[in-house]
Amino acid sequence: MSRSNFKITNEPIDIAVLNQTLRDDSAGAYASFEGWVRNLNDGKNVNSLDYEAHGVVATNEGEKILIEAIDRYKLLAATSFHRIGHLEIGDCAVWVGVSAPHRGPAFDGCRYIIDELKQRLPIWKKEHYQDGDSDWINCLTAKD
Amino acid sequence: MINVTAKYFAVFREKTGKESEVLLTSAATAGDLFTEVATRHLFSDPMLRCKVAINDELAGWDSGISEGDIVLFFPPVAGG
Repeated sequence: MSRSNFKITNEPIDIAVLNQTLRDDSAGAYASFEGWVRNLNDGKNVNSLDYEAHGVVATNEGEKILIEAIDRYKLLAATSFHRIGHLEIGDCAVWVGVSAPHRGPAFDGCRYIIDELKQRLPIWKKEHYQDGDSDWINCLTAKD
Repeated sequence: MINVTAKYFAVFREKTGKESEVLLTSAATAGDLFTEVATRHLFSDPMLRCKVAINDELAGWDSGISEGDIVLFFPPVAGG
């Protein structure tokens, strides 16, 4: 039986623990994606940022996306955690990991999940800039 | 006319200055209600770039709203 596990968290993401949850004797492949907080966006120097989410809707939608990916790419397991709260440059904001019998579905499933998460989850990001200004960002202005 | 609760997030919360408000409205759909609050609170994001949830379930803009519903207005998202 395939496994999905999506969570919104205000704690640092413990990747070493999470990728072990994807272990499966029939898995020949594991693929993961980490989204990091970077120091530059749209020409502005970013100091830090705050993520806000609607926990219930985001968790339900995130779980739905993982199940879609499992069904579509025949994954063995899929997990994703997304941070909320205050994050510093270099922090891991989102982590996606999947296991599958072969590498093709693992890469494709992982890509599907992060792309859908970015479009569909009610999560918002407020960037704080070096010049003291701050601004809400949305996925249509964000490049990646 | 019906009473509904509108809830605001991120930039919408900052623009309205409140997390929620009870509205007496003639709006029949979530989209009608968005147009009403967007006009009053000067939201600049087009409706089709925003999302709506009714009673914690994502919904379409043409979804009907009923007495007592809690309508969540989500500005353009930015996860990841």
